[in-house]
Amino acid sequence: MLNIDCPWCGKRHETEFRYGGEAHIARPEDPAMLDDTDWAAFLFMRKNTKGYFAERWLHSHGCRRWFNVIRHTVTHEIVGAYKMGEKPPKLPKPAGGAK
Amino acid sequence: MVKYSIFTIARNALTGHKNWPKQWRSPEPKATYDVIIIGGGGHGLATAYYLAKEHGVRNIAVLEKGWLGGGNTARNTTIVRSNYLWDESAAIYEKSLQLWEGLSQDINYNVMLSQRGVLNLAHSLGDVREGVRRVNANRLNGVDAEWLDAEGVKDFCPIINISKSARHPVLGATLQRRGGVARHDSVAWGYARAADALGVDIIQNCEVTGIKREGGKVTGVETTRGDIAAKKIGVVAAGHSSVIAEMAGIRLPVTSHPLQALVSEPIKPVIDCVVMSGAVHVYVSQSDKGELVMGAGIDSFNSYAQRGSFHVIEHQLGACLELFPIFSRVRMMRTWGGIVDTCPDASPILSGTSVEGLYFNCGWGTGGFKATPGSGWCFAHTLANDAPHPLNTPFSLARFESGALIDEHGAAGVAH
Amino acid sequence: MTQHFRATSGGRINRRKAINFTFNGQSYIGYEGDTLASALLANGVHLLGRSFKYHRPRGIVAAGAEEPNSMVQLGEGATTEPNIRATQISLYEGLTASSVNVWPNVEFDISAINGLFAKIMTAGFYNKTFMWPRSLWMKLYEPVIRRAAGWGRAPTTSDPDIYDHMHLHVEVMVVGGGPAGLMAALAAGRSCARVLLVDEQSEFGGSLLSTKRQIGGKDETAWIADMVAELEAMPDVTLLRRSTTFGYYDHNYLCVLEQKTDHLPAAERKGKVRQRVWHVRAGQVVLATGAHERPLVFADNDRPGIMLAGAVQTYVNRYGVLPGKKMVLFTNNDAAYEAAIDLQAAGGDVVAIIDCRHEVSGELVDAARALDIEILAGYAITGTSGGKRVESVEVRKIQKGAKVYTSAARSIDCDLVAMSGGWSPVVHLFSQSQGQLHYDEAKACFLPGTPRQVQQVAGALAGQFSLKDCLAGGYKAGADAARATGFTPKRKPAAPEIDEPDAGEIEPFWVVPGSRPIGEGMAKHFVDLQNDTTAADIELAVREGFESVEHIKRYTLTGFGTDQGKTSNINALAILSGILEKPIPKIGTTTFRPPYTPVSYGALAGRNLGDWSDPVRVTSIHDWHVNNGALFENVGQWKRPWYFPKAGETMQEALNRECLAVRNGVGVLDASTLGKIDIRGPDAAEFLNRIYTNAWLKLGVGRVRYGLMCHEDGMVFDDGTTARLADDRFLMTTTTGGAAGVLDWLEEYLQTEWTDLKVYCTSVTEQWATVSIAGPKAGAVLKKLAPEMDISHENFPFLSFKEGTVAGLKARVFRISFTGELTYEINVPWTCGQALWEAVMAAGAEFDITPYGTESMHILRAEKGFIIVGQETDGTTTPQDLGMDWIVSKVKPDFIGKRSFTRTDTARKDRKQLVGLLTDKPDDVLPEGAQLVFDPHAPKPMPMAGHVTSSYYSATLGRSIALALVKGGHDRKRQKIFAPLEGKTVTAEIVDPVFYDKEGERLNG
Repeated sequence: MLNIDCPWCGKRHETEFRYGGEAHIARPEDPAMLDDTDWAAFLFMRKNTKGYFAERWLHSHGCRRWFNVIRHTVTHEIVGAYKMGEKPPKLPKPAGGAK
Repeated sequence: MVKYSIFTIARNALTGHKNWPKQWRSPEPKATYDVIIIGGGGHGLATAYYLAKEHGVRNIAVLEKGWLGGGNTARNTTIVRSNYLWDESAAIYEKSLQLWEGLSQDINYNVMLSQRGVLNLAHSLGDVREGVRRVNANRLNGVDAEWLDAEGVKDFCPIINISKSARHPVLGATLQRRGGVARHDSVAWGYARAADALGVDIIQNCEVTGIKREGGKVTGVETTRGDIAAKKIGVVAAGHSSVIAEMAGIRLPVTSHPLQALVSEPIKPVIDCVVMSGAVHVYVSQSDKGELVMGAGIDSFNSYAQRGSFHVIEHQLGACLELFPIFSRVRMMRTWGGIVDTCPDASPILSGTSVEGLYFNCGWGTGGFKATPGSGWCFAHTLANDAPHPLNTPFSLARFESGALIDEHGAAGVAH
Repeated sequence: MTQHFRATSGGRINRRKAINFTFNGQSYIGYEGDTLASALLANGVHLLGRSFKYHRPRGIVAAGAEEPNSMVQLGEGATTEPNIRATQISLYEGLTASSVNVWPNVEFDISAINGLFAKIMTAGFYNKTFMWPRSLWMKLYEPVIRRAAGWGRAPTTSDPDIYDHMHLHVEVMVVGGGPAGLMAALAAGRSCARVLLVDEQSEFGGSLLSTKRQIGGKDETAWIADMVAELEAMPDVTLLRRSTTFGYYDHNYLCVLEQKTDHLPAAERKGKVRQRVWHVRAGQVVLATGAHERPLVFADNDRPGIMLAGAVQTYVNRYGVLPGKKMVLFTNNDAAYEAAIDLQAAGGDVVAIIDCRHEVSGELVDAARALDIEILAGYAITGTSGGKRVESVEVRKIQKGAKVYTSAARSIDCDLVAMSGGWSPVVHLFSQSQGQLHYDEAKACFLPGTPRQVQQVAGALAGQFSLKDCLAGGYKAGADAARATGFTPKRKPAAPEIDEPDAGEIEPFWVVPGSRPIGEGMAKHFVDLQNDTTAADIELAVREGFESVEHIKRYTLTGFGTDQGKTSNINALAILSGILEKPIPKIGTTTFRPPYTPVSYGALAGRNLGDWSDPVRVTSIHDWHVNNGALFENVGQWKRPWYFPKAGETMQEALNRECLAVRNGVGVLDASTLGKIDIRGPDAAEFLNRIYTNAWLKLGVGRVRYGLMCHEDGMVFDDGTTARLADDRFLMTTTTGGAAGVLDWLEEYLQTEWTDLKVYCTSVTEQWATVSIAGPKAGAVLKKLAPEMDISHENFPFLSFKEGTVAGLKARVFRISFTGELTYEINVPWTCGQALWEAVMAAGAEFDITPYGTESMHILRAEKGFIIVGQETDGTTTPQDLGMDWIVSKVKPDFIGKRSFTRTDTARKDRKQLVGLLTDKPDDVLPEGAQLVFDPHAPKPMPMAGHVTSSYYSATLGRSIALALVKGGHDRKRQKIFAPLEGKTVTAEIVDPVFYDKEGERLNG
C-alpha cells in the first residue's frame, strides 16, 4: 500500500488513487502527420523503467487531480510528486536505497 | 540421462541414494554459441529444449541471472487451460495444452499435470454472453468447452455459493475439462534436465548486461560472467524484457506489474477443480499438498519488485469468501509476487525485431505458465527458421502498428 | 485426570481456576493462563500428531509461533479451525481439539506404514515416478496423493463469526512487547508521540515471562506490571495484546491480526468481533521481535519429548509445567543451561547436559555443576529411542568439528530432551520490509543490516541477547524513532540494576552425524519437522545439482510448512553451506514472505462481504420496482429492473407484453442510472468536438445530439446523447456502466493534454432521476402531467429539450429515443424520482401505461438496430464496423481515435461489421454469443466469420431477430450464414440491422 503524496491533499493511501502510467507523453499536435510507426509509438510504446520512473496518478477518491510522481520501480521509494506542467524533482544519487 | 522411474528409485534406495546424477550440469560459459536464450525460466528452458530436440540445434546457452525457474515459473498459480476467445490465442494455447498432455513422458519428469477442469464464472448477463461466445468459439476451434448454468456449476463444484441473493451471483460458467493445474517448479526442472541432456548449457548466476550488435545484427551478449558471442539471441525475460530491449535500443509495448498470489495452510481436499472469476477478481485451486492456491488481479502500478500492495490480497479474499463461504476459517499461509509483463491487448509477443538475430518472447501477462510448452515450441521454431511459425505469426510486434491486436482482456481472467 | 506434570508451585497460571477441555476425545483439566500445549504437557500428553510424509509420532517442540509440529483441529462444527498450533491456543472452558491427518487415531495411525517406504520417499521422488502408465496419474496416483495430503479440515458450513478492519496512523509503532519493545514504547510514549505497541502474546513481557530476573530491585512480574501501567496511562499510546504483526509493506504500512475472542469460552464470544485486522501507517517502526531458538539436527531428533530448551524453560516458569521429569539437555551454548537449572528447581531431574563444546565454563555452567548435574562436554547425542515418547538417548564423545566419534556409545534414559542450537533473531518483518540481512559469525545468526524503510531495531532481533542490552537498546530505538518523527524524548532514565547470568559463547554445530553416515541406516536427521525434510534430503538435492538455497527449499520443501520454517530455515542453510563448503553468507537467505503467522481469510475479508463486498446503487424509484415485482439485473454496481413479470407469466410473455405496450401504447422505464455529466466552461463545445467523433460546435442551445466516443486506438468505448443547456454548458449522458470511466477520461484530457481549455466536468448522475416514457401515447401522458408545456412537434422537435414543470416538479424533458417510438425522458431532482414515477403511472393509467425493464429496452432498440456499447462492441469495434460512418466527421482535422482509423488493419474492408440476422425459421432464437461460419461443413478448427451480439424474440415482428458482427458483413447482405450450435446448425440470412420502421416515422408518435 503505497503512501502517495498528492500535491493538493498530502499523503494518502494508494487506494485513493488511480494509476496513469508513464508521465510526460504528450499527445501529438497533429496526429495526421504521423506515420503508423510513430502513431503506434504514441499509442503503445512505453518506457518501462527499472529504477526511478516518472508516472501519473489521479487522486480519484480525493481532489480528482492528475499529477506526476517520481517513484523507484524496485524499492517503491517516492522521491516526490509534482503538479502537471511542473518540473520533476531532482533524482537522488546514487539510485536505490529508500529512506 | 538416467531414466526416472519407480525402479530407478528403488535401485538407488539400495545404495542410500548416493548415486543419483546431477539433473543438469553447471558448465562454464563457452566463448560462442549458435543461440543464446536470455532467461532460464520455463519458457526459456522450453525454447532451448525444443530447439535442440525439434530443430537439431545443440550449441545453445540459456543464461539465467539468478536460479533457474526462479522468476514467474516459481510464482504463478499453476493453472493450465486453452479456452481463449480469439482464434489466434486459442490456437497457440491449445498447442500448448496438447504438449502439456504428453509432457511428463516426453521429458521423463513428472510435471504433475492434473486435468481437473477449469471453471470461468459468469456473474452478470454480460459475463454470460461473453462466456457463451467463448464456449462457441472454443468448440469450433477444437478446444473442449462447455457452458454450465448455475446448477451445473454447483454440481461440478459443490462448495461454491450460487445463491441468487449474492452480491454478484453466479449465473453460469464455462468449463474446460482438459484444463487444470501442474507443478510449476517441476516444469522448469524437467525442461532443464531434458535440455541439458541434449547438450544445452544452462548457466545460472549469469546476468546479461549488454547486447552486442554490429551492422544491425546481434553478435553476442555482455554478461556478469564475461562476453559471449552468438548468432542469434532469444530473449525470454518476462518482467525484465524491457530492460533487455533497452540494451538493444528497442522499445516494447510492455509494462511490468506485480501480480500477487497466495496459498492457504494445507487442508484436506475440499475443491477438486480450478475456479476462476474475472468479474470478482479471484481464482482458486487446491494443490496436491492441500494448499488452496489463489491469485488475484495485478497491481496497477509499474514495478520490478516481487511484491504488491496488501489491499489487493484483502479484496481477493473478500471475493473468495463470497464464492466459498466455508473458507472463512482457513488461513492464509504465504503470499508472494511475481513481475508480469503485460501488453496493451493482453496477448504475448513472439517476434523478431528491427535488430537482425534478436527475438523477443514476452508479454504473457497473467497467462504465461499455461503457455510454457507452446511458447517454447513456437519460439524455437522462430529462432531456428528466422521466421515465425503460423501459430505465432499473429503475435508479432507489427500488430501494434497495423492495429491487428488480439484483445484477450476478457479471457485473461483477471482485470488489467 | 490429574495434572501429574504440574509443578507444585510457580507459573503465571491461575491455579484457582480449573478449565475443562477435551483432546482426541479424552477429557483433561488445565488452568486459566495455560495454552493447550502447556495444559497437555501438564497432563503428560506429548503425542499430538503425526508427521507429514512418514507419519512418525510427533509432539510439542516449542512454546510459541515457531512450533513446527503440534497442529490441531480446534473446535467443532461451524467454528472448527484446522492447523492451529497448540502452543498458540489459550485454554478456555469447553475447548475441544483433536490431532490432524491421522487415521484412525494419533496413537495408531495406519499411514505410519509409509515409514517402511521412507527409503523411496526422498526429496523429489514424485518428480521421478507416477508417470507410467500415463492414464493412472489422474485415476490412481494423484487421488491417493491428494487424499494423503493436507492437515486439518475446513468447516463445511458458513462462518457464524464476524471480523473487521481498523485503520490507524501513529508516529511510532513498536512490534514486540518484550523488554526491548516495552522500553521503546515507553521512550516514544513519554515524548508524547502517538504510539502503538503490539504483541502476539496474551500479556506483555516477552522473554521475561519465561525467565526469572530482578530488574532495579523488582522481580520481572512487578517490572512488567509497572511498565504496562505507565503505558496504559498515556492517552496517545495504544496497546494491543494477542495481536500479531503479520505483514510489513511498503512505506511503513503494517498489518496486525488481533485475536479478540479466540481465548474465550464459546458463550462469551457471541455478538463480538472475533478477529480484527489493523492497518497501520507508521511514521517510524521499532522492530523488537525477539529471537527463536534453533533445534539441533541429530539422529531421530523428532520423537515426542524432544523440545527446545527455551520452550522447556517457558513451560516450567510461565506455566508451572514439567515437560518431563528426567531431562537430558543437548546444547552448544550456555544460555540453555538455564532450562536445566529451572527444571531442576521446579522438581524435575536433569540427568545430563550434553554439550558439544569441548571447553565449557561460566556462571551458568558452574550453577549446573553446583546442582550436581552431570555435564558431558565434547559429547553429542547420536541417536534416540522410544516409540511415542523419547525413552533414552545415545551419546558419544566427538572430535572437534564433529565429524568423528572418539568414544563408544553410552545410553542415557530420559523422558525429555531439551535442545538448543543457538538463537535466530526473528528477522521476518525486517526482511519483509526489504531490509538486508548480514551474518554475524560470533553470534552465529543473521542480523538486520541496512534498513530500507524508516525503522529501528532493538532487542534480541538486533543481536542484543542480554536483558541489559535489550532495555538499553529498546529505549534508544524508541527515543530515536520519536525524535525522527518530530518529538522530543525525555531524558534517558538511569539503567536499572539487573541480575542475569553471563550468556557465554556459542559454538555452531549444524548437524550431528549418527552412528552411520547421514542418509544410511534407518536414522533420520530432521531439519524441517513439519515437512519431514532430513539432512539426507538436502544432501541428495545438492547431489542432483540443486545448489541455490531457493532450489533446495523447493526440492526438499524445507520451510514450506505452516510454520514457514521458523525453526528449520537457518539449519537448512547452514547444512547446505557445509555440503557446498561455502560460508553461510555466500549461501544467502531465502525470502521471508508475509504473513509471519497464518491469518484467517475471514479476518482479511473483514466486513467486505455480501452487499458490502461492492456498494449497491439503487435509483430513487427502486422501492416501487421492488414492490411491483420487478426482477433485477446488476449493471455495474446498479440494480436495474430487468423485467416486471405479472403473476403466472413466463419471462418471454412478460417481455412480449412490455414491448407491445411500448409499440402500441405507452411504456415507462427508469433510466436514472444512465451516467450524467455536467460540462461547463467557455471551451465546452470545442472540448466535445475533440472527444466525440462527430461535430459539436454548431449544436444550438436547447438541442440534443447523439455521440460516439473512441479511445485513441479508434475503438468505440462509450456513447450517449448530449444536450446543449447554454452556450457554455452541456449535459452529457453516458452508458450506465461507463459513467465513471467517461468522467475520468474527460478529466484526464482536460488536466493532462488540453490544459488550455476552460472546461469543468461534474457528475450529476445522482442529482437527476430520469423517467422515460415511450410509445405512441407518450405525448398524451406528458400532456396530462405538464399541461403548461408546449409539446407540439414544431415547438418540441426530436432531439431537443425543454425545462418546465412536470407533475408539479421542476423538470428537464428530453426528446430522444432509444426505442424508435415517441419518447420523453423526464429528469427531475433525484429525490423526486418516485413522486414523478407515481405521477406518470397515475396519468398513464388510462392508457394502460406499462413499466418495462432493461430486457425489453434491449429488444426495442435491437428492432431499431441501435447498438449497446459492450454488447455490439467489445473493445475491438470501430464506428465504421458498426456502420456508423455517418457519425464520424470527415471535416474535423482531429478527434480522439481519428488517426487510428487509417491503420492497415483498422482500415481493412473485411473487418467484422454489424449486420442484422434473420433465421430461416422465424421461431429459432439464436443464442447470444453463437459463432457464425460461412461453411458449416469445414473441419475444425472451423474458420469463423463472426458472432451473434444480440438476439431476441421480437413480439413486434412476430419472429426472432439478431444483431451480429460478421466479416465483411456490410457487403454480404442477403447471404446465408450458419451458426453451428451444440447438436444443430441454425441458418440465417444477413440483413440490414434495422428491422423495424426503417424510415423512423414512429418517432413522432
